[in-house]
Amino acid sequence: MTFRIGAGAGFAGDRIDPARDLAERGRLDALAFECLAERTLAYGHLARMADPDKGYHGFIERRLEAVLAACVRQRTTIVTNMGVANPRAAGRIAVALARRLGLKIRVAVVEGDDVTGQVTPDTFLPELGRTVREQGLRVVGANVYLGIEALLPALDAEPHLVITGRVADPSLFLAPIAHRFGWRPDDWQRLGAGTAIGHLLECTTQVTGGYFADPPYKVVPNIARLGFPFAEVEGDGSGIVTKLDGTGGLVSELTVKEQLLYEVHDPSAYLTPDVTADFAGTRVQQAGKDRVHIVNASGRERPALLKAIVGFDGGFLAEAEFSYAGAGAVERAQIAAAIVRERMAEVHGCREVLRLDLIGVNALHATAIHRPAQTTDVRLRAAMRTHDRRMAENLLSEVESLWLGGPAGGGGYRGGITPSVNTQPIYVERDAISVNVEVLQS
Amino acid sequence: MNRHTVPLREVASARTGDKGNISCVSVWVYDPRDYEAVKASLTVERLAQAYPALWRGPIQRYEVPALHGLNFVFHDALEGGVNASLNLDFHGKSFSFLLLALDVEVQRP
Repeated sequence: MTFRIGAGAGFAGDRIDPARDLAERGRLDALAFECLAERTLAYGHLARMADPDKGYHGFIERRLEAVLAACVRQRTTIVTNMGVANPRAAGRIAVALARRLGLKIRVAVVEGDDVTGQVTPDTFLPELGRTVREQGLRVVGANVYLGIEALLPALDAEPHLVITGRVADPSLFLAPIAHRFGWRPDDWQRLGAGTAIGHLLECTTQVTGGYFADPPYKVVPNIARLGFPFAEVEGDGSGIVTKLDGTGGLVSELTVKEQLLYEVHDPSAYLTPDVTADFAGTRVQQAGKDRVHIVNASGRERPALLKAIVGFDGGFLAEAEFSYAGAGAVERAQIAAAIVRERMAEVHGCREVLRLDLIGVNALHATAIHRPAQTTDVRLRAAMRTHDRRMAENLLSEVESLWLGGPAGGGGYRGGITPSVNTQPIYVERDAISVNVEVLQS
Repeated sequence: MNRHTVPLREVASARTGDKGNISCVSVWVYDPRDYEAVKASLTVERLAQAYPALWRGPIQRYEVPALHGLNFVFHDALEGGVNASLNLDFHGKSFSFLLLALDVEVQRP
């Protein structure tokens, strides 16, 4: 028996059409949508505070509408963290959508990741070496990374859709795989192997030719139409990672290897709530066009504690840009930068760290290397973090004032202020977590 | 066989990931025969000297010989990380190309 599982989203802003294609043509047993980056959840808490019926993934309806009918028809189980900070409200949205589409579905809502109530002023933040009180920022919310233990009971109800909040990304994939094969919760070898498959799928196109092209060394065919990946998983946890015929991109040994260690530190100890996965001995072998065989990924006993992320109010990120072109453009942009720096300090008394980049000369790598300026088309970028909204506005005004008061020939002002959240990890006991599953029907 | 100095990009690919203020970059040689040479070139000491203003903290190197890969973990290397960085690229996604720009010594006939 082979279990076919696909990836329907790899982050909150991922494409929708490849998920629809996979749902319709993939003959999948399961389709998992990962829509929750480290800081996304804190923004979800803010949305829920503003409106108790909100705080779930903003694109939930359009994502589900693209796949729901095909998944119900083919009995493909959808698993997703689109519940963000409000899984129950997300479940109700899914049920309402199913009714509108004339579909009869069961939705399992899994809660228990929200541990905001367990964070106190005395909670210690290990990476900072101080407590929440000493950190001095307002706590927005805290969520623990749940694992397959939380999802397996929900899958027992044979739902069409499982909606939850914070779950470790590979667990979204590992749960339906382990459920189908009936793996024991301490079968570390198989859980490690399945985690490798989940890890390879969780960023969708990053294993099918996205985040990859670098011609002439790495060339990606039909790159605007990259297919989303799926895996054919065997009962021992090995599997083939592939994509649909006719989609763009490629699945090669190199796309798989690059993704296998993506955001991994020690390849022999990748920690999830389910297992300490060991990818160091993994064998990766091309087994046909766009088909790569993954074997020998393994694992050891899971970590004792669960990781949680605490979100704090991080104030504002203010960014503003202005451009110069033609002869002497770099010199004129440098004068503009100096004007902004001097006026922020001396007119506004700003004590915040101010970053001034010359885009087109040196921006992304500016801290690492100093490059000589050769361009005649350069964009000044000013950026600053502050808790003082007024100071953020001052920065935008100063860059905008370059229209009338900066060097010759400047134009193209854009500016924006983005609310910002900070995140810090904490570690919690497993028995401090209680998971609740509720099944809704359309 | 002769020694040739080439930019890493000619013989290997790289991919960057991030966690907090930690950047990790995996490096994969295109030809397994270059693995030992690239390993010898990309020492932790060498990388610590490459971009000291950016890669400020300890550096770890993991070898994955079964896949002909190296995995580097750079602590305190994301200008404060997503919470604090003012870099446009606060994930450091582009930092793989800082590594790919380094020269390595390989053997060629």
